[in-house]
Amino acid sequence: MENRNNVKERELVVVGGGPAGMAAALSAYENGVRDILLIERDQYLGGILNQCIHPGFGLRYFRENLTGPEYADRFIKKISAVPSIEISLKSYAVNLTAGRYLAYIKPGKMEEVKAKAIIMATGCRERTREMVHIAGTRPAGIYPAGLAQKMINLEGWLPGREVVIVGSGDIGLIMARRFTLEGAKVKAVIEIQKTSRGLIRNVVQCLEDFGIPLYFSHKISRIHGRDRVEKVEVVEVDDSFNEKPQTRFEITCDTVLMSVGLIPENELIELAGVAIDKKTNTPVSAEVNKTSVPGIFVCGNSFKIYDLVDGVTYDSAKAGKMAAEYLKGLK
Amino acid sequence: MMRNWYDVAIIGGGITGASIARELSRYRLKIVLLEKEVELAFGVSKSNSGIIHPGTQNPPDSLKGKLCVRGNLLTRKIAGELGVDFKEVGELIVIFNEDERPRLLQIKNEAETLGVPGLKIVDRKWLDEHEPNLSREVIAALYAPTAGIISPYRMVYDLAENAVKNGVQIFLGHKVIGITKEAGNLRLNVAVSSGEEPRGRACRQAGSLAGSECTFRSRFVVNAAGLFADEVSALAGVNDFKIRPRKGEEFLLDKKKEHLTNHIIFPLPTKTSKGILVIKTSDGNPMIGPTAQEIDDKNDLSTSDDGLSKVIEGARKMIPTIDGNDIIAYFAGLRPVAGDDFIIRREEKVPGFINVAGIQSPGLTAAPAVALMAVELLKKSGLRLAKKWLFKKHRHPSVHLFADLFSKTRELIKKNPSYGEIVCRCEMVSAKEVRDAIRRGARTLDGIKFRTRAQAGRCHGGFCTIRIIKIMHEELGIPYTEITKRGNGSEVVRGVRE
Amino acid sequence: MIKKITCIECPQGCQLEVNVEEGRVIGLTGNKCPKGDVYGRQEITDPRRVLSSTVLAKGLEIKMVPVRTDKPVPKSKMFAVMEEIKKIRLTRPVAVGDVIIANVLGSDANVAASREVGP
Ligand SMILES: Cc1cc2nc3c(=O)[nH]c(=O)nc-3n(C[C@H](O)[C@H](O)[C@H](O)COP(=O)(O)OP(=O)(O)OC[C@H]3O[C@@H](n4cnc5c(N)ncnc54)[C@H](O)[C@@H]3O)c2cc1C
Ligand SMILES: Cc1cc2nc3c(=O)[nH]c(=O)nc-3n(C[C@H](O)[C@H](O)[C@H](O)COP(=O)(O)OP(=O)(O)OC[C@H]3O[C@@H](n4cnc5c(N)ncnc54)[C@H](O)[C@@H]3O)c2cc1C
Ligand code: SF4
Repeated sequence: MENRNNVKERELVVVGGGPAGMAAALSAYENGVRDILLIERDQYLGGILNQCIHPGFGLRYFRENLTGPEYADRFIKKISAVPSIEISLKSYAVNLTAGRYLAYIKPGKMEEVKAKAIIMATGCRERTREMVHIAGTRPAGIYPAGLAQKMINLEGWLPGREVVIVGSGDIGLIMARRFTLEGAKVKAVIEIQKTSRGLIRNVVQCLEDFGIPLYFSHKISRIHGRDRVEKVEVVEVDDSFNEKPQTRFEITCDTVLMSVGLIPENELIELAGVAIDKKTNTPVSAEVNKTSVPGIFVCGNSFKIYDLVDGVTYDSAKAGKMAAEYLKGLK
Repeated sequence: MMRNWYDVAIIGGGITGASIARELSRYRLKIVLLEKEVELAFGVSKSNSGIIHPGTQNPPDSLKGKLCVRGNLLTRKIAGELGVDFKEVGELIVIFNEDERPRLLQIKNEAETLGVPGLKIVDRKWLDEHEPNLSREVIAALYAPTAGIISPYRMVYDLAENAVKNGVQIFLGHKVIGITKEAGNLRLNVAVSSGEEPRGRACRQAGSLAGSECTFRSRFVVNAAGLFADEVSALAGVNDFKIRPRKGEEFLLDKKKEHLTNHIIFPLPTKTSKGILVIKTSDGNPMIGPTAQEIDDKNDLSTSDDGLSKVIEGARKMIPTIDGNDIIAYFAGLRPVAGDDFIIRREEKVPGFINVAGIQSPGLTAAPAVALMAVELLKKSGLRLAKKWLFKKHRHPSVHLFADLFSKTRELIKKNPSYGEIVCRCEMVSAKEVRDAIRRGARTLDGIKFRTRAQAGRCHGGFCTIRIIKIMHEELGIPYTEITKRGNGSEVVRGVRE
Repeated sequence: MIKKITCIECPQGCQLEVNVEEGRVIGLTGNKCPKGDVYGRQEITDPRRVLSSTVLAKGLEIKMVPVRTDKPVPKSKMFAVMEEIKKIRLTRPVAVGDVIIANVLGSDANVAASREVGP
């Protein structure tokens, strides 16, 4: 990055305006930091919570059963009331250096700041069909479950009418119910493990309530269809995940949802030279929120994948405090 | 002049047809290109290794060998004119024991007979220095410095765009279903599957409506129909060859592994294929593959568990650090094989009909030389070639936000705010680039992916698909439910609350 | 008769054993907290669920406005409530908690906005 002379200096920059980023920024403020910039690439704060319209959030933190948007709303109100936290929306962080120069793009300009401390709260992305190597064709109709969630809940689009879900993680379960309520037929959830990866309560209220079959120790071995998904092949696996060929059967469907895990999004700090565990894509770290580069902190789903938002909020508040202490130490 | 009457009609909008179209557009001719798919390059030319081969691994007396060597030279020139990224990375054909050395030397001799420049046998010491991740088991290699890489579909799009600029007409969604002889010309019956375009763009679609049939008349017809060239040829009454698809499965690795190798790595070739390779691609992602399997179904583009394990095994033999967990995408392509060599000839039985068939590997490399040969055959058949006084050989290259330095990015965004709106996070593609791609002819999600790389990164469209669909809806003025991945039948959204 | 059900009130997912005689609950074990007791009895006699969905907005800053029922609605009425929700065209800005359909299908529950949406 050239032109370093006209770069603005900031005490603390927080990247990501989901529950993690908001909790971190608020706690940094509560711990004395008075110059905070929070950047968020979306048009709204709230992160993934905006598309999680189902209840089940905040049981620990607020002792209430809130939906995702309601949980977000409480933090959005709180953070918007703090003048020392500058919020920059539609702002996409694109580069970060070990010296904590951060470049971000917003419509019409590219900005650069030099931050004394940085907290990354960039969330995660979904694992894809390609990462679990399902054989077969590549037609339309194969979606990561979170993408389908966004299509239905934020855009009002129905991505498919006959659905098979791969993986019994919470997102997949929640989407089974959501598709059913929207009038689609969810034909099965296929889980390669012997037990559900999601919470039992979601198995009950998202599958059992609607009579959706859940196959344990099964996998999708092949996807068929030239233009749009036409059917999938399903097969039982043994304890070492080898297929039992004689158990193979087919399910016709026009949609396959992939709910096979999340990967922390850490490409920016990788650019800055932060040590990353190649297997989990998380920062190599002895302590929650810390990284190998002083002054760069990571929290929320980009530090590790959390099941519940309450944990994200508690831990991210610690990140805000850590950054505040780090900044005090510099003085 | 009559509407739908042409000097030359080209059937097929892959690399072969697009190269011929652009080559012919230098002359004062009325030219049409007919493609059955909704976009160009949706046949074999979209799924291959993207290697501009130097010309090694071909029998010295083969047509494909000669055209490959010539094509390698011509591709550089054309890529330069069109602003397509061509990188000369060089290739290594590696051997693991002394028994393999005679075969390697034979390959070197044969390639030198064909005129491949700069070949040399390199030893372990050279390899340690230049290709550090190579297996310790490799004892020597044949180094061919002129091997290059290119984006195959972008080459097709840019050739076609330039051809259109020079007067060629392109009709998409137009499938040739009948060819008949008439006095002095050939009549093509065409089934139309794409409706009229809402707006005139670089590649204009026909004024005919979806579901209808129409006729084109042309003095000369060039059959460049890839996998279906045998069927198209049979329509004209020439059915002395059959195309057998030979499937190749390929697996792309995360861009983070860009520097896995410095060269394209080959094992010794077998009789039917060049073997499993470790490939560099013009977008940075390394690729491993392809397999080679004879199949019957020309529509079978599925990949298999077996293919995956074969490819990983083959690739790891040469580069042991390759990890299956780095795979972010995969696909299969079908080589249109009709015997051992290309079939490029005038058909005496059907005057004016020229077959350019059996364009298997290295058809991408050979394309510009194939085009010259096709033009030569047309001339011999009586086509008068008068050069236009102005042939616009250059093309205004597409902008890629992060292809250049940050300083340039800043300028771009200042000039057009829409560059500041990131659509695809993995490949850093802006809304402006997606809009440009649509204005240059993209009609489908795949078409946008091939042109801009949006959706081609590690998250596979998880982030950008919705944004792209909204831009397509806006630019093309079509409902969400009609937006497709790659043409009719591949709609992505099944219903909309409105 | 002992009926085994899973409490869905929180992520613990306690396995409840409900002793039912002639449709009446006469005993309940397995709950780690009082909420489980309430849930178990309700589930046997009149199962209910909180329903969340979206309503279509016209002329507001976002297209789909998330909504939820403020109380659980009878399980058997979930699809009927969905139909009511789908009929709505929301044209006025809302705050979290604003009632969009009062006493939906006589269930005693309101359908309320769960996100603040401006014009
Ligand atoms: C489908 C689903 C269902 C869930 N259900 C429940 C539940 O029932 N109960 C519960 O408690 N928890 C649930 N969770 C978990 C919980 O919601 C998440 O763990 C939590 O929201 C993660 O918060 P975060 O801030 O780390 O990430 P996110 O919410 O993803 O926020 C990350 C933010 O960073 C922004 N960002 C990323 N990169 C950049 C960049 N380069 N520049 C600028 N901004 C950037 C993003 O736009 C986003 O706003 C669920 C999660 C999902 C996905
Ligand atoms: C796995 C694999 C790897 C390869 N790697 C390389 C490589 O690294 N380097 C290299 O040089 N070559 C490579 N090749 C070969 C190369 O891809 C092909 O030779 C080349 O793409 C063929 O182009 P084409 O234009 O002849 O065929 P296509 O691209 O198939 O074009 C033919 C077009 O005709 C259309 N069509 C068919 N029938 C009709 C009809 N009736 N009416 C109208 N249109 C019709 C089709 O839709 C299609 O678009 C590889 C091939 C494969 C399969
Ligand atoms: S009984 Fe209490 S602790 Fe157990 S699942 Fe129900 S609410 Fe949670």
